[in-house]
Order: sequence, then C-alpha cells, then structure tokens
Amino acid sequence: MFSSPFVRKPTSVQSVMLTVLLALLPGIAAYVWHFGAGILVQIFIATAAALATEWGFLRLRGKPTALYLSDLSAVVTAWLIALTFPPLVPWWLIALASILAVGVVKHLYGGLGQNPFNPAMAAYCLMIVSYPALMSQWPAAGHLDFATQWDLIAGGVRDLDAITGATPLDALRTALREAASPSSPNHALNASTLMDGPAFGLAGGQGWEWVALGYLAGGLFLMHRGVITWHIPCAFLGALAAISLLMWGLRPDHFASPLFHIASGGSLLGAFFILTDPVSGATTPRGKLFFAGGAALMTLMIRDFGAYPDGVAFATLIMNLCVPLIDMKTQPAVFGHKQD
Amino acid sequence: MLSALIVMAGIALVLGAVLGYASIHFRVEGDPLVEKIDAILPQTQCGQCGYPGCRPYADAISKGDADINQCPPGGEEGIRKLADLLGREVKPLNAENGVEKPRAVAFIDEQTCIGCTLCIQACPVDAIIGAAKQMHTVVSGLCTGCELCIAPCPVDCITMETIPETVETWKWRYPVFAIRQAA
Amino acid sequence: MKLFKFNGGVKPETNKDASTALPIATLPLPGRLTVPLHQSIGGTPRPLVRTGQRVLKGERIGAADGNVSAAIHAPTSGTIVALEPAVMPHPSGLSALCAIIAPDGEDAWAPVNPVDVRALSGGELRDYLRDAGVVGMGGAVFPSHLKLNPGRQGKVQTLVINGAECEPYITCDDMLMRERPDSIVRGTMLMAQVLGAERILVGIEDNKPEAIAAMEAASRGTPIRVLAVPTRYPAGGAKQLIRVLTGIEVPHGKRSTDFGVQCFNVGTACAVHEALDFGRPLISRIVTVAGNVSTPRNFEVLFGTPMAEVVRTALPRPDTNRYVMGGPMMGFPMPAYGVPVVKATNCILVASDHLFPPPPPEMPCIRCGECAKACPADLAPFELYWFARAHNYGKAQEYHLFDCIECGCCAYVCPSHIPLVDYYRYAKSEIWARERDKDAADQARTRFEFRNERQDREKREKAEKLAAKAAETKAKLAEEATGAPPADGDDPKKALIAAALERARQQKAAVEPKNTDDLPAAIQAEIGEIDARRQAAMPAEPPA
Ligand code: SF4
Ligand code: SF4
Ligand code: SF4
Repeated sequence: MFSSPFVRKPTSVQSVMLTVLLALLPGIAAYVWHFGAGILVQIFIATAAALATEWGFLRLRGKPTALYLSDLSAVVTAWLIALTFPPLVPWWLIALASILAVGVVKHLYGGLGQNPFNPAMAAYCLMIVSYPALMSQWPAAGHLDFATQWDLIAGGVRDLDAITGATPLDALRTALREAASPSSPNHALNASTLMDGPAFGLAGGQGWEWVALGYLAGGLFLMHRGVITWHIPCAFLGALAAISLLMWGLRPDHFASPLFHIASGGSLLGAFFILTDPVSGATTPRGKLFFAGGAALMTLMIRDFGAYPDGVAFATLIMNLCVPLIDMKTQPAVFGHKQD
Repeated sequence: MLSALIVMAGIALVLGAVLGYASIHFRVEGDPLVEKIDAILPQTQCGQCGYPGCRPYADAISKGDADINQCPPGGEEGIRKLADLLGREVKPLNAENGVEKPRAVAFIDEQTCIGCTLCIQACPVDAIIGAAKQMHTVVSGLCTGCELCIAPCPVDCITMETIPETVETWKWRYPVFAIRQAA
Repeated sequence: MKLFKFNGGVKPETNKDASTALPIATLPLPGRLTVPLHQSIGGTPRPLVRTGQRVLKGERIGAADGNVSAAIHAPTSGTIVALEPAVMPHPSGLSALCAIIAPDGEDAWAPVNPVDVRALSGGELRDYLRDAGVVGMGGAVFPSHLKLNPGRQGKVQTLVINGAECEPYITCDDMLMRERPDSIVRGTMLMAQVLGAERILVGIEDNKPEAIAAMEAASRGTPIRVLAVPTRYPAGGAKQLIRVLTGIEVPHGKRSTDFGVQCFNVGTACAVHEALDFGRPLISRIVTVAGNVSTPRNFEVLFGTPMAEVVRTALPRPDTNRYVMGGPMMGFPMPAYGVPVVKATNCILVASDHLFPPPPPEMPCIRCGECAKACPADLAPFELYWFARAHNYGKAQEYHLFDCIECGCCAYVCPSHIPLVDYYRYAKSEIWARERDKDAADQARTRFEFRNERQDREKREKAEKLAAKAAETKAKLAEEATGAPPADGDDPKKALIAAALERARQQKAAVEPKNTDDLPAAIQAEIGEIDARRQAAMPAEPPA
C-alpha cells in the first residue's frame, strides 16, 4: 500500500535530462557550423561508450538496466565530455574519458545521485593530466573538411599544422609570456593589442563566441523551464566578470578583458551546464552563490596564473569538494524560524 | 634542513603545550561515561545481564568487565547504540542472557492472588500495589516488564502480556518500494 | 488589504467542480453506527454508557478525559448494542473502542440547552464546548476549546477563519460557505467575542467565487473581512493561511496565540454556533465524496456511518479498489470500506489504480532541489530524506523535521518519484516512539533508585535502632554489674547481643505496620521526604 500524495507532477529524471540535452543543441549547432561535423562523431563515440559502461556497471551492481539507462544521465555526461574536449582528439581518448567518467567517477561512488564530483569534469582533468599534448590541440575555425577530421579522430597521423594547436586562452597566454621576455620580437605586444588580431574574432576567439552564444541560449531555456535556477550562472559569470575586470583594470596589458573571459573557453558551458549539475553542486540558494563565485575565482586563477589552458574543470572539482561544507553552512532559515 | 627541524620542533612544542593545558583545564569531572551508558540501557532493571540492575551493568561496561551484548530488553538497537557510543563492533545479543521479546507488562490474575506480598518485594520499580492477604495488582503504566515478579509468586498467578500496538503508538513503516524492473 | 506570500507550494489539478454541482444531501439513517470514542487529539473519552442502554440523539456517550480531549455524543437515538473495538479510519488498520449503536429510527433529540455566551465565564464556556465535542473540522481535530483561550494577554488580536480549502477534490468547506454562510458568520462572531479579537479575517481561495460572494453577503454589517487568497496548495494550511493574511509566521511548537492570532476552520465556526446557540453537540459533518464515483457530491453524514454506505449513494465506479480519507495530497488510505466517518473525515476520496496510478519506480535522489523549491515550510526535504533514510533522527531533527507539515508538495514535484513524506512520517513516528521509551526508562530509573534508597534507609534505620537498643542494655547491665568483677570471656556479651536482638525483633514486628508499599508514588515520595527530614533532624535532639 502506498500513501499520499497520490498525485504527482508529470516529471522524471529522464525528462529533466532530456531538457538538458535539448538545451545543448544550439551550442552544438554553432559548433558544427564553425568547426565542422567532427564533433558529431565525437558525441556519438562518447554516448556509445558512456551507455555501454553504464550498462555494464548496472549489471554488475544488479540494478535494473533499462530503468537507469533510460534516465539519460550518462548521455548528458557523454555530451559534456565531447563538448569540453578538443574536437579532434583521437576516438579512444573520448571513449576512455567516457568510460572513466561513468564507471569510476559515477558508479564506483554509488551511481546516479551519489557521485561527489562532476563526472565529465573529473574525466577532463584525468585526461589533461595524462595526455596534455593531445588535450591541447584545438583547431581554428572551419578550415578542415570532414574527411580530414574523420581521419584525425580515427587516429590518423596528426599533422600539427592542421590543428593550430591552441585555444584563444592558450594563445593569449603564450603570446603574453613571449611578450614578457625582452628578447622576443613580440615584446611590444600586450593583451589588448593581441586581441585585436584576427584569431580572436569578436569576443572570445573566432567561432567560439557563436558556440558560447548557443550555450547561453540553451542555458536561458533551462532557466525558463525551471531545470536550473539563476543563482549559479549569474554568480559564476558575475564573479568572473567582476574579478577579471579588477585584474584587467589594474594591468590591462597583462590580463584579458572580462568579455574575453566570459565568452571564451568553457565559461558559458560551465556556468549553465557543468556547475549546475545538481548531484555534485551546492543545493541551497546561498550555497549556490558561494559555490559558483568560488568556481569563478578558481577558474581565473588557473587561467591567469596556472599551467593549464582552461580552469573551469579544475575549479569545478575543487568546488565540488567544498559542497558538503557549503551546504551545511548555508541552510536557509525555515518557516517561522526567520529572524526578521 | 636545520630551520625545518626547528620549525617542526617548535610546532610540536606549541601543540603539546596546548594539549597539556586543555587536559588540565577542560577535564570533565566525574564519570559521564557511566551516565551515558546508563541512558542507553532500557532501565527494565531485570537483571538478565547478570548485574543487579541497569546501573551496575553500565558500571561494569564502563570498567570493561562486561560486554555490550548482554541486555536482552535493550535488544539489537541498544547494542548498536552502545557500540556507537564506545566505538566498538556491533555483535549479536549473547543468547546466554536471553532473547529479545516484544515489550510486555505483568498481569496478576486477581482471582488467584493470595496476597503474599512476595511480588511486591521483587518488583524493582514498585509497580505492584497490594497489602498482606489482600489482592495485588500491577500498575501497568509503571511496569517495566522485567519478569522478576513471576518466579516468587507461590500460586503462579502472574503472566506477562504483550503490550498491543494501538492507533496512538502505531509507527509508520520504513518505506521500502521494490524497484521494479522496468520493461 | 495587503496579502503576504509563503514560499513554495504547488498547483495540482483542483478537480473541485464536479462535487459542487449538487447541493449538500442528507443520508438516510444507516442501519448501524460505529462511533469511535477517540475522535480528537488528546485523551480517549471515558464511555458513559453500557451495552443495551438506550440513548437519545445528542446524548453524551463519552466524557472528555482531562482537558485535552473532547466529548463524544450519540449521533441519533437508539440502543447501544456493543462497546467493543472496531477497525478505525486510520492507515494502521488497528482497532479502538467504539460504541455500536442500533438506531431506532425516531431520531429523537435529547433535551438541548443553548447557552448565552455573555452569561458564561471563559472557563465555563470552554468546558461547555469541550462537553459539546467541538473540535477543529479542517481535519486536524484539535479540541477547539483549547484554542478558544485568549491566553495571558487577555485577548487575541486577530481571528483567522480558514475557508481556503486548498486540497484537490475536497469541497465540503466550499459548499458549507455557499449554503450556510450565516451560521459560519454567527459562529465566527461568537469566537471573536470569546477571544476579544478585533480583526476578523476570512481567507478563501480565489477559485471559489460563489463561496466568497455568499460569505461577503452574510458578513455585511459585521467587522468580518472576507479575503480572496491566491489559489496555491497548501494555502489552506493554518500556518500558511496565517502567513498569507497577516504576515505572521508561527514556528513549530509555538502557539499562534503567542503571536496574537488564532485560526479556525469554517466548519468549526459552524459547530461552535450550533453548540452555543442551539445546544446541539457535534454529531455530524459535511463530507465530500469524490474521485472514482459517478455523482461526486457533499453529504451531511452522522459520525459512525460506514464509509461504504456514504460512497454507495454517490455511485462508485466498478474499478474502485480503495478509499482515501482526505484529499490526494495529504489523505490516508483506509484499511477497509466499512470504517466509520469520524470528525476528521472531510472527504472520502474513492480511488482506483486508473485514477491514482501507483507511483513510478523510485529513483535515487539527484539533489535537483525541486522539493526545496516546493516546500512551504522552507525545509530542505532531500536532506531530511537522506537523514530519515539513514535512520539519523538527530540530524533530521536538526534540519527541522518537525516543521514539516506533511503537505506532500515535495513528493509531488520530485522527478525521482521518491515517497519523501513516507520517510518523514516514518522518522517522526520513530522519534515519538523513542521519546516514549525514553520517558518510560527515565521514570523506571527514578523509581528504581528511589526504591533502592528506601530499602537502604530501612536497613540503616533497623541497624541504628538495634545499635541503640544494644547500647542501652549494655549500659543497664553495666550498671547492675557495678561492684561485681567484670566478667572476662565472651559469653555474657553474646548473651547480651542475643537478648537485644530478640527484643529488637519483637519490637520491629510491632512497628512493621508502617507499610508504605501500597501508596501512590507522589505520597510515597512525600513520606520519603518527611522521613528524610526527620532523620536529618534526629542528631539535633539531645540523646535521651
Ligand atoms: S538486562 Fe535488564 S537489568 Fe540488565 S541492563 Fe538490560 S534491562 Fe537493565
Ligand atoms: S525533488 Fe527528489 S530528486 Fe530532487 S532533490 Fe528533492 S528528493 Fe532529490
Ligand atoms: S511534506 Fe514537509 S518537507 Fe515536504 S514540502 Fe511539505 S512541509 Fe516541506
């Protein structure tokens, strides 16, 4: 016998995950438009690997496979992996990342709802530590045809010229480092002059600003559907803008502008799709603000002073660690116990 | 190297001083452990643990003379709480001490009672009233169900009656819904 | 007037229209009434009747047990055929004492004695209501006389009348307001007078325009203000309605009178009016029958009427497989079709698997926070769920488990279909059980310690008396023996002790009637105290 409530809102984990996948579509469309269809292959590989791993672990753990496979949470993880990795890494890297994300980061910690870390980001960090070279080969917008992309993904010989080798964030860092040394021919350059160069496009690197715009659209859709609240995106982007504005204002020749930081790298994907992962993120309204603000600070520190091209992944993991504490300390006042 | 050693030694000294200070100034008086153990024991005062009441048993546990699995009325839950408190392994109830039973109260068959007052003397919580050669009865609200009054009764008129669950004491069950294999 | 908002809440399908199409109907007298004696919060009333006794309609058959209790009356005239346990309308399916009445069909009233409120003191009035069995009719069945207490301040500033009725399907308050607004207004004014309330607010959800219109018309010329509140479940929760109308938040464990506000259901207002103005005790109520029936409708039902008999009149559909008492959000499944209608029965929801399908399989919590967004008590339901699931009751209480009103909003929105409220009910009843056990253990410990002390004291007193006696005899003997050479050897001493012991034993037997065993605890404690004092005073007396 079951008890009240006897009526329920027509909602399910599956429908929530499906909404997230839908919200990723505009970003993916922009990705394909600017960087070619290779990314679709990667998404497919990641999805297949993630689902296969999920199935295997569910069987091992004696859980109903159809029920849990159809919750689509593994698919969301897979898509995020494909979208955060460089698009032309060999297929096995994506597959390995997906297997680790679903198998180790999710199921070894207890499966759906139990993982303390964001699976996609944990996999990203594992991969960038293990395969730093492969993980930093980023193509420039639209000059590879699909056949070349296919070849690269399939593990073909990597002609490093074809893959320009750095994200805008990376390019900026290299250029700045170079400019800082007096012997370099580029000594006179600084961040603001550099960013007028053609590789940087309108705001965050050629082509990437459109992808970012796609993520923004998807994120707004998620907010509209009530899947995520405003707290994390606003706090993350707000803090990112505020801190980078401060640094940019102090040393404009050393640090990139807020707009650049927001539009490039994984900022928007992180703000709307990664940090908002409910399982590993903070849950209280105030906690979300701290969580996302901290992630923004971490991201900037890593971008500006660290060795890795983008800091969103590491920042996410570090803040994931703080979630229990944040949640415990930010429980909202309950009805009748408010001091007002 | 040397400076590192000095720093470590310094830290060790400071921490040691803090600990020493704390152990003197924040020492807890008395023996609250016995109180804590006693608070977990069900206070049935039945003696099944081998001690004349819950408090002596608590004493024995805290001194390390008795194990934590000797109290049948406390049952599994009691053992778990004791294990929690003392940081020990949970173990099953020692069968020599008895078995866990549903809570019950003593009932005196008033037709048979001869008023010998033996049960009054046995009751650890003064839950039986009556006078010599008068009928006795159990105040069921006070009875702990220790069964100590049963043996002394010369006419065997005392029985234990399980306390029935009522609408007021009924408990919601732990929600277990088997996850059905979907399709 | 400015209305306030409470956080959270949900908007389920209200499904109210079907049962408001027809006016309130009266049922024919059932063949047998099973009247449970315990129908309100508090003590179980003491039965006042014997099997075979004839009772009149409105005659008291159960007297309130203590102040937190409410009397029970015969709903019609007839014969008490039995006083025996019967299955209660409670999810446990357990039985409790009921008076089974065979109606004689005459429906003859016992003499009624209406009272003049102005002639009674507050205390007398509350006793009157208690003996009239008036309890909260919104479903909580808290004895109303306890709430009609102006408290220390001498008055309660604001009286809130709850006509919100936010649960889907239920329309009994709606129909009551449409059909008997004058009774409600009269009852409200009586309660306002008792409480000394200056501000009287009636809150009705804005999806009941007819009720609002009727209440407005009836309250013209009175200080009552009828206010439409936004339709959002659970706006009809007492705490939520108080918040919406006055902005005051009453925390768990505090009385709303401490905040200068008191809240009653419209049905309670009606019952107060009936009791005071006509002297009619509470013997029936309006019950909505809705759900899987062809003609959903409201009925005026005598308490004790089997639910099946009420439902039959509304023509249940053939796939009906259970009844729910209350609405779909907070109602309880009934253990049988034949359980009686009681004071808490605002609705009999006729259910089938088609209408209320079993919940989809439970998934793990994904911490999505939907439940926290929906919780009107601003709790973090998923944290409570984790703690309740792990039997971590201490933590659950730290996260304010007892502020949960079991409204079901969290389970309603949970995408993982977790029966969250079941976990809270489970945890709450476990905590209550533990508290009962703990109280019992504490009582046993004190009594055990007291008994040990008494035994020690008796032993000590005995020993002291013996010693005193021995000393006396020895002195006497020594006196007698003066002059004579002191005997060496043990024999005289032994004889002395034996003699003393013998005397002491005789004396003790004579003193023994000081038997304190059969006294109640309080008196025994008192005697113990006196003894202690006496003992303390003893050394002060000069040794005789
Ligand atoms: S066995 Fe009896 S006397 Fe011993 S601790 Fe348990 S309840 Fe107390
Ligand atoms: S709504 Fe359900 S899944 Fe979401 S946080 Fe609450 S309990 Fe967890
Ligand atoms: S049932 Fe309790 S926890 Fe759930 S929404 Fe209602 S008040 Fe909040």
